[in-house]
Amino acid sequence: MKFSNWFTSWFNSWYVGIVVGCFILAAPIGLVFVSVFFPQIEIWQHLYSTVLIDYIVNSLALAFGVGVLVIIIGTALAWCIARYEFTGRKQLQWLILLPMAMPAYIIAYTYTGLLDFAGPVQTLLRETFGWQYGDYYFPDIRTLSGAIIMLSLVLYPYVYMLAKTAFSEQPASLEEASRSLGVSASKHLFKVVLPLARPAILMGAALAMMEAFADYGTVQYFGLSTFTTGIFRTWFGLGNGIAAAQLAAMLTSFVVLLLVIEYLSRRKIRYYFQGQKPQQINRQKLTGSSAFWVPFICVIPVLFGFILPVIQLFNWASKTYSKQLNSEFWLLLWNSFYLAAIAAITAVTLALLFAYGKRLNPSKTIRFFVGVVSLGYAVPGTVIAIGAMISLSWIDIKINMLTEGWFDVSVGLVLSGSLFALVLVYSSRFLAVAMHNIDTGLARVKPSMDDAARSLGHKPLQILRTIHVPLMKTSVLSALLLVFVDVLKELPATLILRPFNFNTLAVKAFELASDERLMDAALPALAIVSVGILPVILLTMLMDKPSENSKQSN
Amino acid sequence: MKNFICFVFVVVTMVSPIVMAEQVNLYSARKEALIKPLLDKFTQETGISVNLVTGNADNLITRLKSEGKYSPADLLLTTDVGRLYRAKQQDLTQEIATSEAISLLPNNLRDEQGHWLGLSLRARPLMVSVDRVDFKTLTNLEDLVSSEWKGRVCIRSSSNIYNQSMVAALIAQLGESDAQEWVNGLVNNFARSPQGGDRDQIKAVASGMCDVAIANTYYLAGMLSSEDTTTQEQAKKIKVIWPNQADRGVHINISGVALTKNAPNKDAAIKLIDFLLSKESQLWYSTANHEYPVLADIAWSELLQSFGRFKTEDVPLSRLGELNAEAVQMMDRAGWK
Repeated sequence: MKFSNWFTSWFNSWYVGIVVGCFILAAPIGLVFVSVFFPQIEIWQHLYSTVLIDYIVNSLALAFGVGVLVIIIGTALAWCIARYEFTGRKQLQWLILLPMAMPAYIIAYTYTGLLDFAGPVQTLLRETFGWQYGDYYFPDIRTLSGAIIMLSLVLYPYVYMLAKTAFSEQPASLEEASRSLGVSASKHLFKVVLPLARPAILMGAALAMMEAFADYGTVQYFGLSTFTTGIFRTWFGLGNGIAAAQLAAMLTSFVVLLLVIEYLSRRKIRYYFQGQKPQQINRQKLTGSSAFWVPFICVIPVLFGFILPVIQLFNWASKTYSKQLNSEFWLLLWNSFYLAAIAAITAVTLALLFAYGKRLNPSKTIRFFVGVVSLGYAVPGTVIAIGAMISLSWIDIKINMLTEGWFDVSVGLVLSGSLFALVLVYSSRFLAVAMHNIDTGLARVKPSMDDAARSLGHKPLQILRTIHVPLMKTSVLSALLLVFVDVLKELPATLILRPFNFNTLAVKAFELASDERLMDAALPALAIVSVGILPVILLTMLMDKPSENSKQSN
Repeated sequence: MKNFICFVFVVVTMVSPIVMAEQVNLYSARKEALIKPLLDKFTQETGISVNLVTGNADNLITRLKSEGKYSPADLLLTTDVGRLYRAKQQDLTQEIATSEAISLLPNNLRDEQGHWLGLSLRARPLMVSVDRVDFKTLTNLEDLVSSEWKGRVCIRSSSNIYNQSMVAALIAQLGESDAQEWVNGLVNNFARSPQGGDRDQIKAVASGMCDVAIANTYYLAGMLSSEDTTTQEQAKKIKVIWPNQADRGVHINISGVALTKNAPNKDAAIKLIDFLLSKESQLWYSTANHEYPVLADIAWSELLQSFGRFKTEDVPLSRLGELNAEAVQMMDRAGWK
């Protein structure tokens, strides 16, 4: 095993591996920033004097509105589920996660169909009361606040999942200590519980806000001028790709700022839990009126984020399914499923390696590179996809020149013309989601474990596989699930990079919906939701199991 | 070893298979549902298989460009002329040399050098409420800016290509300052901040939120032939008014096709173009998607006939591509969201 001699410098090989890996994944994002070196003064003057302020204000308002709303909904739900025992709690636990399977643009389309002026609700009101246009007030759904509500309804599970884990993992000893010191329940909540859970809550909120920054489908349909719609308008309408990339760079900078704030807010906080199982908190059984209204309140987000839209989709699909349910539809289903599965496994594997590499080499360079890759989540899918397309085609062309020179054959577009391109873009876009979960999981494993295993002569990869991964099984699985569901819903990159004759459910649903055939889009949309539900249920079953921290620690 | 097999399996599934039979590769900005039936028919008749990727036209053009001479695409199908123009500007197309069909087309519906040609036509007229609007008061697009129409006009966002092309056509015909004045006046008369698509504007007129909308005819036709009775009812409350029939005509645009510069299957591609211009395909456009055929001797569907005949703008369509960016800036200045 001469190889192992060389491998003794594994510290460096991890280092190099991570830098190279990050570099590949970050290349599409990097291309966006290269644009900054080609100033487009005229266009920027025009943007500045007309629409730029709108883009900035609307994007920020959207992201922060979503941030606040998901924190409120997600934390409240997590608290109820983690700390109280009531009828229906078991069912609610997985119901609450369901909106995650709902693409934001689909929920926007359905609510618009339901609530806009010509929709069934307002028409019914007019018919019942004999009103005309202008006789009554009805909130307009296609506004900024409408978009905030739509996005929050499907994004709150990010906060809920992380907060719930944080709440239920807080050892009971804390509460006992508070109580023995005479601290009131509400003071305990605000002084102990919430500060302890703060990193998890903020992380969830940051993910939701990144998604809000990158959202295109909803804001476009609502006619809002945000950065994403502005990017496309500048690129397609004004025909200026460089200025569009500069807008994307500006958007990304906002996200960097957001992440820096989030990082600073938890910089000094390090909590470790011991390897052995902490005393679990006994959930308090609810009695009296609260046994009624707590489940009632918990159901509201699911009702609006999932049940109502699904009923509407069913209603539409029931009128159109007969001509859509053919072999082509099953192929779509299969394509979506296996693409999402491959992408999820790839992204989570990469996230594990990166996160662990970061732990082995806590240097500034590594932190920087890994940080850059995580930005992919906030960059609109189209922008990353175009970046990937340009860089991969460039490599493809070089490969073809080589093979033509050596063997006189051209192999075609092996990278940019295949699913490889898609998996790369998904990884670069959704690595942040996986990383956040893995990081939180890994942070809870005490560093002394690594030291112990290493002192016993184990190699880093072996430690990662046999100790860390089993210890943080929940985190790994929730990372897998989140990426899976995200890829399933992903639209712009799939649309741009997929090979010939390859469609997914999301592409199908979008094509029909954007052609203003909402009814025809209902069936593929429902299918996305159903495929997305399976792993959601799986995850809840796992989350409900007692913490696995204790199993392997001895 | 097991890992290695897994790896090979993943790589093999990810690299798309190379098929050797006679084929055409199509990058299409037309949605799959609106082109696939025709392509299937083509394959049935000729045995040539058609590979299809759909997507946004500009993304497809970028893809074409970055793939360079190794691009597998033979044809680029778009739903507006501006994108065909853009592809030609970027040197991504070539002359469609041997197609007979091209000579049948009116001059303004094809490229001067024959790099692209129109396949179907759409019109963007005024649509008014049957009950609340006196049809005689509205004959020109220019009428909409008068104070009489304040707070009564619905139209979608200026991010949409239909509006960009329409304004570009106005710039070409009225000149810049008159066009800007018209855009300002129109924005001033909006009933609401632009939102939704063309169908939403039609629905807004039907339900009384506004009295006049500007929308493409095939959306109204699609609503009229919908299976949903509410949608049908809404569409029946709408009347189409063909504007500017005494002078320049109504705004039109095309869906069209360009032959890519490095088309690897050129012969098969030209066969497909000929097929798309054949009588039966042209009829299909008009019956299945309620678009107007580009060839003069093709019969219109009953639904299209019910909207009436009309005079069209005869501005060369490539001008719309040239003026697109100017149109967007104009709408930005007017505050058209």
